[in-house]
Amino acid sequence: MTATFLILAAITVAGTLVAMTMRNLIHCVLALTLGFAGLAALYLQLGAQFVGLTQVLVYVGAVAILAVFVIMMTQHPTQTNESIVSASWIAGGLVAAVVFAVLGWAIVSSSIAQGMLPSRAEATVQPIGDALMHKYVLPLEIMGLLLTAALIGAVVVAMQEKRRAA
Amino acid sequence: MSSLTSYLLVSALLFSIGLAGALTRRSAILVLIGIELMLNAANLNFIAFWRYGPDPEALTGVMFAIFSIGIAAAEAAVGLGIILAVYRHSKTTELDQMNSMKG
Repeated sequence: MTATFLILAAITVAGTLVAMTMRNLIHCVLALTLGFAGLAALYLQLGAQFVGLTQVLVYVGAVAILAVFVIMMTQHPTQTNESIVSASWIAGGLVAAVVFAVLGWAIVSSSIAQGMLPSRAEATVQPIGDALMHKYVLPLEIMGLLLTAALIGAVVVAMQEKRRAA
Repeated sequence: MSSLTSYLLVSALLFSIGLAGALTRRSAILVLIGIELMLNAANLNFIAFWRYGPDPEALTGVMFAIFSIGIAAAEAAVGLGIILAVYRHSKTTELDQMNSMKG
């Protein structure tokens, strides 16, 4: 466990934690961007360059910008003092804490994770491209179709409804 | 504590933060973001197990993470589109005020 890992993990966890607790939604997305960037750095540290850069492009780039657009289109400029959490927040927080306790207990006490050494392998772009074009070409095509359908669907759902004539 | 254990713990922490956000926040946008965080925690698990697993040449974990990121992007786009459509009807993004199916 190196210092790099500790710093990156701290950035990631702090960013996401702040993102889930701030009142102003724009600040939430800013902190979330930090968390996603930390996660991308963790991927890079693990040797998965392509996934790390994809994470930067998709999450830090696209998803965060999309969320900011939606927030700006839906927020009222007036600051309200209403609660930011729902009425059942105690139960929700309790469920999350229990889930973390169970997961943490399972991870720490499991014998699988012990004694596994990191491999030297790096996922460079060329073998990933080879695999995507040969072994995984059908899932890739389905993925493209799904993304096209989902994006067209998102536009149709969000489009201003036309008033029907007569 | 081996290094894989620490990656898995970070991932479990991310998942729990996302779950807590999705269960407790009132804003629909932040609930969606919490779900995205949970998907990201799963991706971190895939990458960590690929790196520490017995057969890293097969690239299975990396492939799964790439496809998972694609699915999550599609989900975010559709989810935010639905939030916009609901906002147009009920003029709110607070989940506890969305209490009717037909605006």
